[in-house]
Amino acid sequence: MSEPRIGLRGVKVEKGRRTVLDVESLDVRAGEVLAVVGPNGAGKSTLISVLGLLEKPKRGEVFFAGEPVSGDFLAYRRRMAVVFQEPLLLDASVESNVGTGLALRGASRDERRARVQAWLARFGIEALAGRSARTLSGGEAQRVSLARALVLEPEVLLLDEPFAGLDAPTRQSLIDDLARVLGETGAATVFVTHDRDEALRLGDRLAVLMDGRVRQEGTPQEIFAGPADEEVAAFVGIETIAPGRVETVSDGLAVVRAGERLIEAGGDVRAGDAVLVCLRPEDITLGPPAEATRTSARNHLPATVMRITPAGPWVRVELDAGFPVVSLITKQSLEDLALAPGTAVVATFKAAAVHLIRK
Amino acid sequence: MDLIWDGLKEAVSLIFSGDAYVYEVALTSLYVSGLATLIAVVIGFGLASLLVFRAPPGRVLALSAFNAGMALPPVAVGLIVAIMLWRTGPLGELGLLYTPTAIVIAQAVIATPVVTALSVVALQSVNPRLRLQVLALGASRWQAGALLFREARLALLAAVMAGFGAAVSEVGATIMVGGNIRGETRTLTSATVLEVQQGDFETGIAFSLILLAIIFAVVGGLTVLQQRRSAS
Repeated sequence: MSEPRIGLRGVKVEKGRRTVLDVESLDVRAGEVLAVVGPNGAGKSTLISVLGLLEKPKRGEVFFAGEPVSGDFLAYRRRMAVVFQEPLLLDASVESNVGTGLALRGASRDERRARVQAWLARFGIEALAGRSARTLSGGEAQRVSLARALVLEPEVLLLDEPFAGLDAPTRQSLIDDLARVLGETGAATVFVTHDRDEALRLGDRLAVLMDGRVRQEGTPQEIFAGPADEEVAAFVGIETIAPGRVETVSDGLAVVRAGERLIEAGGDVRAGDAVLVCLRPEDITLGPPAEATRTSARNHLPATVMRITPAGPWVRVELDAGFPVVSLITKQSLEDLALAPGTAVVATFKAAAVHLIRK
Repeated sequence: MDLIWDGLKEAVSLIFSGDAYVYEVALTSLYVSGLATLIAVVIGFGLASLLVFRAPPGRVLALSAFNAGMALPPVAVGLIVAIMLWRTGPLGELGLLYTPTAIVIAQAVIATPVVTALSVVALQSVNPRLRLQVLALGASRWQAGALLFREARLALLAAVMAGFGAAVSEVGATIMVGGNIRGETRTLTSATVLEVQQGDFETGIAFSLILLAIIFAVVGGLTVLQQRRSAS
């Protein structure tokens, strides 16, 4: 593994009396995309400001290529690029906007023109070169902003929610383009977002930031399959979180009592442990009470339908199984099962789908 | 009506006959007010960028002072500058009273708050996050300042125009510190006052018309510049 291109050590940022960022250690290697996910107000933008040397932390240090950053920030800033949520273009032509960073670095007119043209093409906006930035749509402007950053061929690329203001189709095509471009550049990329789907799409590695702290860091699988605590679990999309106590453990299979029910689950726990039973809604299937024994899944919970709400192509069903359970099913299943509030069903899920968090 | 009509005719003939006196007065006005505007712009842009980008303590107080300064009575400015430059005054040894330099100083004092206050508004109208973005693109402090001034160029040009307008149309302080000496400190405004006091309305009208023509030419020129840039 190459050494980290950029990192933080013991960084603390305070606004007034509130600690907005408190990161013990964070590293990103060349060619790697670290997706930092967290709810609004988690300190994500502050993290970008500190990494981008736009804000000095109260304590701690930023490391660049293994060395603590010191002296002239400008020299380091010229090896990085930042894209913010707003495109923040200058009142000039698209070509001139994309060439701004190169001009600031003293690149010749010819070099600027050649590189700007190449990057406009890579983002599919070469036709906009002569247009005034003020006449662009939101998606076009954000493409220009991304091209303006990547034309610098930065060693470190910092992306602060660059898709947040865009409509869904525009966002999707821009994410596709960016994913392709990121795969080609060797930049160490920090991509900050509140959207876990975006994070999964672009991130090689994930860090969950909450209340200014990195709660968990790892591969997407590690985090989604094994969230470190209740809040991380809720954030990464685990909607059923029920408190319980481990009754017995044998052969790595735990039996947990949650309310009136017994649930079988895999997990590194011991009898007597207080745990949170975590389930992702798409892992829970619903069926009529009679069907309960026919699948290989280990858990069958009798439950009552409480509420049904559409969720895009899916339907979200809230159940009462002695504790709240949320399941995501298809519209077809909804019709087949003739579900309505008050219907009795059996919620089925595999023991392996249950994630236990020790309290 | 005859008076105005005669005045207009006289004005036109004075302007187009190449009357040395008229041109001398017009040039003095242009020189003095142009220089005063330049000084006001240098100081005003500097103060505005300090107030907006550095946000020093006491910023609001300073801003209030500059805003109030836009309504600074020229006569009061003239009086203060005159006292400062008076033979026995603190700057009396420089011997500047009744020189074009004295008028430049007075007009610069009048125009500076105008340019400063309007430039602050101009720079504040630029998205504050744009400064972060520009720094993130690798701009030094000076480069960032230059880019943001460029971004606010339309509103900054308006500030320059207002400053020039305040300087060139000023008369009270001009007479007080300049003395209205023919061939030295007589400007279009002070000449107009003199001619009207002497009952020579035709010449007075001529000077006023030339003043209006100059203001129109300068401000019009700046406006063309402003609008052409904004269209590009």
